[in-house]
Amino acid sequence: MSTMVYAPRGVTRALETAAAWLLGLLWVLPLLYAFWTAFHPAEFSTRFVLTAPLTLDNFARAWAAAPFARYFLNTVLLVTMVLAAQLVLVTLAAYSFARFEFPGRDVLFALVLVQLMIMPDVLIVENYRTMTVLGIKDTILAIGLPYMASAFGIFLLRQTFKTVPRELDEAARVEGASPLMVLWKVYVPLARPTYLAYALVSVSYHWNNFLWPLIITNSVESRPVTVGLQVFSATDQGLDWSIITAATLLTTAPLLIAFLLFQRQFVQSFMRAGIK
Amino acid sequence: MTRTTQWLYGWLLLLPAMVLLALFTHYPAVATLWQSFFSTPRGSRPSVFVGVDNYRQLADDPIFWQALGNNFWYAAGTIPASIVIAILMAVWVNERIAGRGLLRLAYFTPTVLPMIAVANIWLFFYTPEYGLLARFLDAFGAGSHNWLGSKSTALPALMLVTVWKEAGFFMIFYLAALQSMSPHLAEAAAIEGASRWYYFRRVTFPLLMPTTLFVLVNAVINAFRLIDHIFVMTRGGPDNATALLLYYVYEVGFRFWDTAYAAALTVVLLALLALVALAQFFFLERRVHYQ
Repeated sequence: MSTMVYAPRGVTRALETAAAWLLGLLWVLPLLYAFWTAFHPAEFSTRFVLTAPLTLDNFARAWAAAPFARYFLNTVLLVTMVLAAQLVLVTLAAYSFARFEFPGRDVLFALVLVQLMIMPDVLIVENYRTMTVLGIKDTILAIGLPYMASAFGIFLLRQTFKTVPRELDEAARVEGASPLMVLWKVYVPLARPTYLAYALVSVSYHWNNFLWPLIITNSVESRPVTVGLQVFSATDQGLDWSIITAATLLTTAPLLIAFLLFQRQFVQSFMRAGIK
Repeated sequence: MTRTTQWLYGWLLLLPAMVLLALFTHYPAVATLWQSFFSTPRGSRPSVFVGVDNYRQLADDPIFWQALGNNFWYAAGTIPASIVIAILMAVWVNERIAGRGLLRLAYFTPTVLPMIAVANIWLFFYTPEYGLLARFLDAFGAGSHNWLGSKSTALPALMLVTVWKEAGFFMIFYLAALQSMSPHLAEAAAIEGASRWYYFRRVTFPLLMPTTLFVLVNAVINAFRLIDHIFVMTRGGPDNATALLLYYVYEVGFRFWDTAYAAALTVVLLALLALVALAQFFFLERRVHYQ
């Protein structure tokens, strides 16, 4: 194998394989530990005996102890709303930057890129004030609004749109298609892999986001699961670890399952998103 | 299409995104600076212009300096460690190692999980007496230690969680870069008799520089941005030993409701991020080796 001239051999190879596996084991250990605790009765939470009985009781009690169904609904609404808005806004902006000549284009593009450095995550004080003025504090809309115009998405899609051959564009124009028709019929279909990559990155980001939702929400009706989990596990009312761990796994389950099912797409999406 | 229609299309397509960006990124950044020169309105006392008073308070605030210092050590500790581990992971997963699909999965999984959730798991991991770490050390006869409760170990304990969470994420970018590298380079180097380590040091690593720059910038931003685990594991304690800058902004702004002082703190944070951006453009880009 020509690519493998530097692949380790013999003892080195065995040692490296062992080291790689040791690291892998260390990396999943906290998760395995969480699974053990969540699926066993509390008295076995740190006693590792193979005969320990399995139980779903911890999950049932966690589910009953807090409105997780509502939190899940909120998160799903949030993630869907943010992604839908992002796809539309990002597509239009990327198309503008990639294919139109107009005064101020470079300055505006630089202004977009500012958001790559200064993300809404750090502008919490002023954005909170804005939401108060707009009168939408404690709503799902307020959680999503600062993230809808995504510099990262605009940048990513602009790169993709720039690789579309101009001939395709011009051919469609000659047929009498309007610029928006061309966008819809030519550019969007060709950028499908980029859209998938962006969507996966966006969904996992907003599913996991915590600080801004924590600040802007204070009721069950708008809290996403991350904040719900924190509220649940921070109330010191003698909850045992088995229940908290079960709740933790519960809130991560949809993402974890989706990740395990679409592992390849996930990894490739993150790769694609990283290569500029 | 005439020139003016081109212009019109360009602007109109951009308008919705630009309005939201202006409203939630540009305006708040400028407003933060503006508000940092005013006092926090309290009850019947309205906000008044106070000049650099907030910054004077900041200079005399030991917690601010501690948070800044913590953030520095946090970045200095987590970033090189995550990058080294990420490169190791990528090299291993890129080789024909037994079970590499499973390994890649193991390394990457922490990345997709919410920080707030994994922090709960790690909290239990670190719990004195009952936690896995305590049990493990007990078996070796080591005394029980309150990892998150003592000033000297709380921040390193948090840093470990960060490295665990981020290394797999950075691995992906290194893996992509390794896979796009031409195999002829290795062949040529082997013919010249270069050792494996020499090849890595003189060929692979320099060629990974653009990736390292990208990862570095992301890692620095994350070191200032990602503070979710602090809420679960330490709440900035003990004695502010784990207060990072953004966490302190949160405490001042949303627990003490001193919004003007929080604005001044945010300005420091924004200045640091701007510095990262400038360093990226003027310093690092020039030293990066592009193919």
